Amino acid sequence: MTDRSSPLELEQADKTFLDSNELIINMGPQHPATHGVLRVILKLDGEKVLGTECVIGYLHRGVEKIAENRTYTMFNPYVDRMDYVAAVSNGLGYCEAVEKLLNVEAPPRAKYIRVILTELNRLASHMLWLGTHALDIGAITPLFYTFRDREEILKIFEKYCGARLTTHAFRIGGCQYETYEGFEEDVKKFLKFVTPKIDEYEELLTTNRIWVERTRGVGFLSAVDCKALGVTGPVLRASGVKWDLRKAQPYAAYSDFDFEIPTGQNGDTYDRYIVRMQEMRQSLRIIEQAVGKIPDGPIMAKVPKVMKPPVGEIYHSIEAPKGELGYFIVSDGSTQPYRVRVRPPSFVNLQALDQMVRGQLVADVIAVIGTLDIVLGEVDR
Amino acid sequence: MAEETKAPTPPPSGEPKDSAGKPNPPSVEPVPAKKPGDPAAPANPAAPGAPPKAAAPPHAPAAPTKPTGPAPEPWDSALVATLKRQYGSGIREASTYLGQNYMVVDPSLIPEFLQVLRDQEQFDYCVDVTAVHYPQREKQFDVIWILYSFARNERIRVKTMIADGESVPSSVPIWPTTNWLEREVYDMFGIRFEGHPDLKRILLPEGWKGHPLRKDYGIIQQDNEWVQINLGIESGQ
Repeated sequence: MTDRSSPLELEQADKTFLDSNELIINMGPQHPATHGVLRVILKLDGEKVLGTECVIGYLHRGVEKIAENRTYTMFNPYVDRMDYVAAVSNGLGYCEAVEKLLNVEAPPRAKYIRVILTELNRLASHMLWLGTHALDIGAITPLFYTFRDREEILKIFEKYCGARLTTHAFRIGGCQYETYEGFEEDVKKFLKFVTPKIDEYEELLTTNRIWVERTRGVGFLSAVDCKALGVTGPVLRASGVKWDLRKAQPYAAYSDFDFEIPTGQNGDTYDRYIVRMQEMRQSLRIIEQAVGKIPDGPIMAKVPKVMKPPVGEIYHSIEAPKGELGYFIVSDGSTQPYRVRVRPPSFVNLQALDQMVRGQLVADVIAVIGTLDIVLGEVDR
Repeated sequence: MAEETKAPTPPPSGEPKDSAGKPNPPSVEPVPAKKPGDPAAPANPAAPGAPPKAAAPPHAPAAPTKPTGPAPEPWDSALVATLKRQYGSGIREASTYLGQNYMVVDPSLIPEFLQVLRDQEQFDYCVDVTAVHYPQREKQFDVIWILYSFARNERIRVKTMIADGESVPSSVPIWPTTNWLEREVYDMFGIRFEGHPDLKRILLPEGWKGHPLRKDYGIIQQDNEWVQINLGIESGQ
């Protein structure tokens, strides 16, 4: 009984467990606030986060491998399944990339329809973000409000192409569908309907004491860090970098419209909220300008039935609601792409999570995951 | 187990042209056609600034040999001239295709060349790191960095070719964003990045065998052993 070996072991066990303040806990993959199947391993000291590690890939479907085994046209609907809350943007990026490779250009009418639908989709994406982000932090009402209004956008999509989420709205070379009878009126009616609704969201949150306390100063990311980490989209703009691909390297018909790039200064969760709210208003501005002057003409460019882009490579990127969404396509001159690489904004932005929550409280991790606006379908592809 | 599935997999895929059997003509890469013209450029890199111009004429006749579509044109700019002065024949090609600029460089230049692009030429944002597999080539892999400069509003691609089993120096010290991007390239192609702080699989589970974006990996191929042990089912198909 005088053997010292067992008490010693106990002492050591005590040292590593009870005397240490570090605790490793697992968040997800089945967690409502991770917006999908994201697993975060948190290393905590009490309530303070010492470090995180993301485990991703639960939703990996091998989109890039599928692309190599499908023709250019056949792959088009697959891209909708990446960022499924902004499917229209995904489709726009892919179609424009292949058009560049084919050296064709969508006709002006198609470009305008594309801009209108893409901006509507940006609104829908931001609304879904706002509702779920606010819900994570504890405000339930915005979720009902934003889902109610997002429904109106989905109704327009449904009327236009029959689908609500994975729309497959565009084709390589233009749009498959002509606008339906009363499309312009529907969009104008929606603009009138939604403008006061955005004021309503802001009324609920912008000066709400709890909201401000939970978001201001939380998840700070400086402009330098943003660039180093490759973070784009509203997160980058909230850190004060006035950069938007719609302005920097205009695509579709964006150069025809007048709009601002909203920016923040503090790079915190509150600023990112403000930037996205302003972006919604700017999107309305773009739609308003576009819907009034949709040019007449064809909606499809002349593209061959069997697409065989010449041998070469192309990288084309667009400003998706979450950031820079890029497609790098290599053609070997056959009907199938030799390689399709998708540069997903959510994937790259998620990498900043560790930097943003280090030293913060564990409850802020939820706020930061929300503010990054990730969609796991796009992270994992 | 994985080796067994490899062979029978391609036929059942039912595709008219599966990945493994995909014909990969040497013309896949726009580079080879232009290579014969290239040695002219590195031959006299001693004369600063002059080589890019001098190299232009030999390139011109090469263009019409392409049967379809536009061909890459030599890319002359102050940036290329400066870099060529610095690295000479290390820059194997500097071209423009469909308005997009890219450079093919020697793998030995890699960490330093990227560092110079970031520090001296303001390419402060690494958009993407990716790879392409050409199994028929001796140097099987293209590793590609897509870079962007906020100050210049300009995008370039830097490309290098490596053989199977060769590694590339990691660019995490230059752009921290490449951490996950390099992990994905490793996961999908098996290309190792030397000096990466934590090089492990990112999308596929730890312990998975094979790198699915290689061309010899069939579309319905899977690591059966892993599936049976971890999912408790006979097959994931």
